[in-house]
Amino acid sequence: MVMDSADKAIVNRLQQGFPICDSPFRRVAEELGLTESDLLARVQAMLDEGVLSRFGPMYHAEQMGGALTLAALKVPEPRFDEVAEIVNAFPEVAHNYARNHSLNMWFVLATENPEQISAVIGQIEAATGLTVYNMPKISEYYVGLQLEA
Amino acid sequence: MNIDAVDRQLIQATQTGLPLVAQPYQAVAEQLGLSVEEVMQRLARMQQDGIIRRIAAVPNHYKLGYRYNGMTVWDVDDRQIDNLGPKVAELPFVSHCYQRPRHLPDWPYNLFAMVHGKTQQDAERQVAIISEVLGEHVGSRDVLYSSKILKKTGLRIGG
Repeated sequence: MVMDSADKAIVNRLQQGFPICDSPFRRVAEELGLTESDLLARVQAMLDEGVLSRFGPMYHAEQMGGALTLAALKVPEPRFDEVAEIVNAFPEVAHNYARNHSLNMWFVLATENPEQISAVIGQIEAATGLTVYNMPKISEYYVGLQLEA
Repeated sequence: MNIDAVDRQLIQATQTGLPLVAQPYQAVAEQLGLSVEEVMQRLARMQQDGIIRRIAAVPNHYKLGYRYNGMTVWDVDDRQIDNLGPKVAELPFVSHCYQRPRHLPDWPYNLFAMVHGKTQQDAERQVAIISEVLGEHVGSRDVLYSSKILKKTGLRIGG
């Protein structure tokens, strides 16, 4: 889809946060000089087209008592799609990216408690026959860039 | 930081996204048999406690024209990393910045910083600026560009 200036303004505005009130779309629409129904239709279209991957509360795994880690696999090229399917089927896999390196598959695991991380890693290793490189964060220096549309 | 059974229902009802209707919190409240006031109050509390980072839209980098999404990785002197990590993190184009464990000998890198460019030159310029910040305290480095998003659903908790 071709994004017009209103779509770009919506993407920039909605990355910053969404109000908690009875009619939050109306409030944001007024800020942007749009009607509530136009804003809703545009957000729906951008979700349908994949311009937005999601819209809603972003929950923090560790604050809920859960755990997160970044992990990587060295997947032989001929097995790449098969392994991606196996890895993506785990509900604990929140994101998965192909990257240009011998460690060519990188995914984030999110679980409800820290012990489950190693259990899921064991299951992924068993299901794929590959070694998982586990890279949990030691320090977090910053999170939160907003991409300008 | 604790969540009770009702918070949990609320998380499960909203973790894939808010309903796209004029009164989304009312819609969630009806679905769960709660009052809209309670839904809003619980969401506000969870946001205040950091359980919700924010309620927001998450764009697809590629669809916004950011085709060069690089995970820059650096082998930084362990004695300097807590000094240098925040300096890299405060660069305006860095979206995430973490210290992570090395896996020697395959993986010597301990500092990860994500950059996003609309052109390869943009991304390379960003990498050069990080390199300047790290100066003499960095050994080997690499940039892993993402070639494909295989999955991007965000966090899910089960029932």
